[in-house]
Amino acid sequence: MTTATVAHGRVSTLSRITALGRAELTLLLRSKASLFTVLFLPVIFTFAMRQPADELDLAGTGLTVGTVLVPASIGFVLIFAVYSNLVGVYVARREELVLKRLRTGEANDAELLSANALPSMIVALVQSVLLLVGGAAVLDLEAPQRFDLVVVGVLLGLVMMSALAALSSRFAGTTESAQLIPLPMMMVSMLGSGVFVPLEVLPDRLAEICRFLPLSPVMELVRGGWAGTLEGGDIAAALVIGLAWAVGSVLAVRRWFRWEPRS
Amino acid sequence: MTHTEQVIEVSGLRRRYGPSGEAGYEAVRGIDLNVGRGELFALLGTNGAGKTSTVELLEGLEKPTAGEIRVLGHDPYRERSRVRPRTGTMLQEGGFPSELTVAETARMWAGLTSRARPTDEVLELVGLSHRRDVRVKLLSGGERRRLDLGLAVMGRPEVLFLDEPTTGMDAEGRADTWKLVRELKEQGTTVLLTTHYLEEAERLADQLAIMHKGRIVAAGTPAEVVANQPARIRFTLPAHVAPARLPLTLPVAVEGRRAEVRTQHLQQSLTILLGWASDEGVELADLDARSASLEEAFLSLARQGDELRFEGGGANGDAADNDGMAWAAGPQDGVRA
Repeated sequence: MTTATVAHGRVSTLSRITALGRAELTLLLRSKASLFTVLFLPVIFTFAMRQPADELDLAGTGLTVGTVLVPASIGFVLIFAVYSNLVGVYVARREELVLKRLRTGEANDAELLSANALPSMIVALVQSVLLLVGGAAVLDLEAPQRFDLVVVGVLLGLVMMSALAALSSRFAGTTESAQLIPLPMMMVSMLGSGVFVPLEVLPDRLAEICRFLPLSPVMELVRGGWAGTLEGGDIAAALVIGLAWAVGSVLAVRRWFRWEPRS
Repeated sequence: MTHTEQVIEVSGLRRRYGPSGEAGYEAVRGIDLNVGRGELFALLGTNGAGKTSTVELLEGLEKPTAGEIRVLGHDPYRERSRVRPRTGTMLQEGGFPSELTVAETARMWAGLTSRARPTDEVLELVGLSHRRDVRVKLLSGGERRRLDLGLAVMGRPEVLFLDEPTTGMDAEGRADTWKLVRELKEQGTTVLLTTHYLEEAERLADQLAIMHKGRIVAAGTPAEVVANQPARIRFTLPAHVAPARLPLTLPVAVEGRRAEVRTQHLQQSLTILLGWASDEGVELADLDARSASLEEAFLSLARQGDELRFEGGGANGDAADNDGMAWAAGPQDGVRA
């Protein structure tokens, strides 16, 4: 009988997340479509924005082409590499009954969902650093004024976008529809959260509303932190809105995430 | 060996899908069962009887609508982290990423499992060593079941849940699986399984329960369940012999020229029948007498509650070896046997 050994040798949270994360990374590296979304789309979109950014009227905003483009690239990383990619990951794992099978094992729900997101988050983080450094070099950008705000912004974005991806996966029944489900959120984020066009350039009334979109506080913190244009009240507002989205979406996932295919 | 410790305890278990009232569906309708340590418990039933719905509750995947479950003394749903390290589960339908290889899948599972056996040992155990570098999507159905089984036993669980472990396997796979299950049982593992293969259940199970329409309609040792069932004799009457001429002491049901006797006393009834046939000079075509088997018990219990429609099966009742014994229950509510 093995009862005597029960108390010993319990596998740790770290071991579980590592094992799952490693498997997930292997799967990411084997999927050409995912790799394209994760590695190339953010870069392609950033390059495509070069021309329009040059033509923006930035007078009086405190921004430059560099502080428009480089933070935008972070936005693209969060939208493509994290959000859009993870919707597909969660749907695929659910529809293949992988999540159901994993839940019969020792990993808890939080470990399962974060391990699924882990490789994409790490890739996104590395990409963000490369884009920031590379972009800054190419565009002759000065170092960020408030590096801490940039970091907080990126971290909030990673958590929020992963959780929103998990939540969105609920609405896709197949891996095919998983490609359509992210589109509304992607469009709203690119247009309304200051990725394509900084909120500073939008009409005030519209900008006020757009500040409450999920990715907006992230972009504000990254762009404003870099350019040094963000002041006390605005920082606090961005942090509160960003935190609210991050916490709210995580709680929503706990409540509404779908673990099994609709029968 | 006596088994005093109850490893699985279930009382008043119910599981309902969908909203309350007509729109919903109650798949499990008040089940009680107990499994002692080291026992092999087989849960049998027609398709749609509620076996998988029940097993998923025992595995702790879902919360019961009503009732109480204790696995190793804990609630498998609420106290997941206390129960999971001591149980192994094979779902009816697998679920491993199709782009990982067998070895990668096993390595991943080892990282999730306390006191995991080495992955090579596990693959050897289920005969998949030669397929270790093959992607899961390229495995046959039977090989996938083998992988699934290997991972279920990786942590040397005290309690093993197997939902139709041999479905989709060829004869060799089934034999291997049962051998492994038998070995684990000999080492003290408690096993709860569902299966379509009644002969195997009859041979291996210490206890079994037959489910029908969400309820347990018979339970006990295989011998006990079978003992409550009548033996039967079947034959075809010649066209010129009227059924009324059959001996009155025989409980015969006649349909056309086909006659069937159901009896608790096979030898006695057969003697009467054969004596009568001999005296009357009647030749009984297609004569077939058999004592009760689990198969018979199963069919008869399923028939008692409602009418069943055999879908695509043979007409002679030799369905024990049919791979997908397909039954469909009628729409009316079942009657408790």
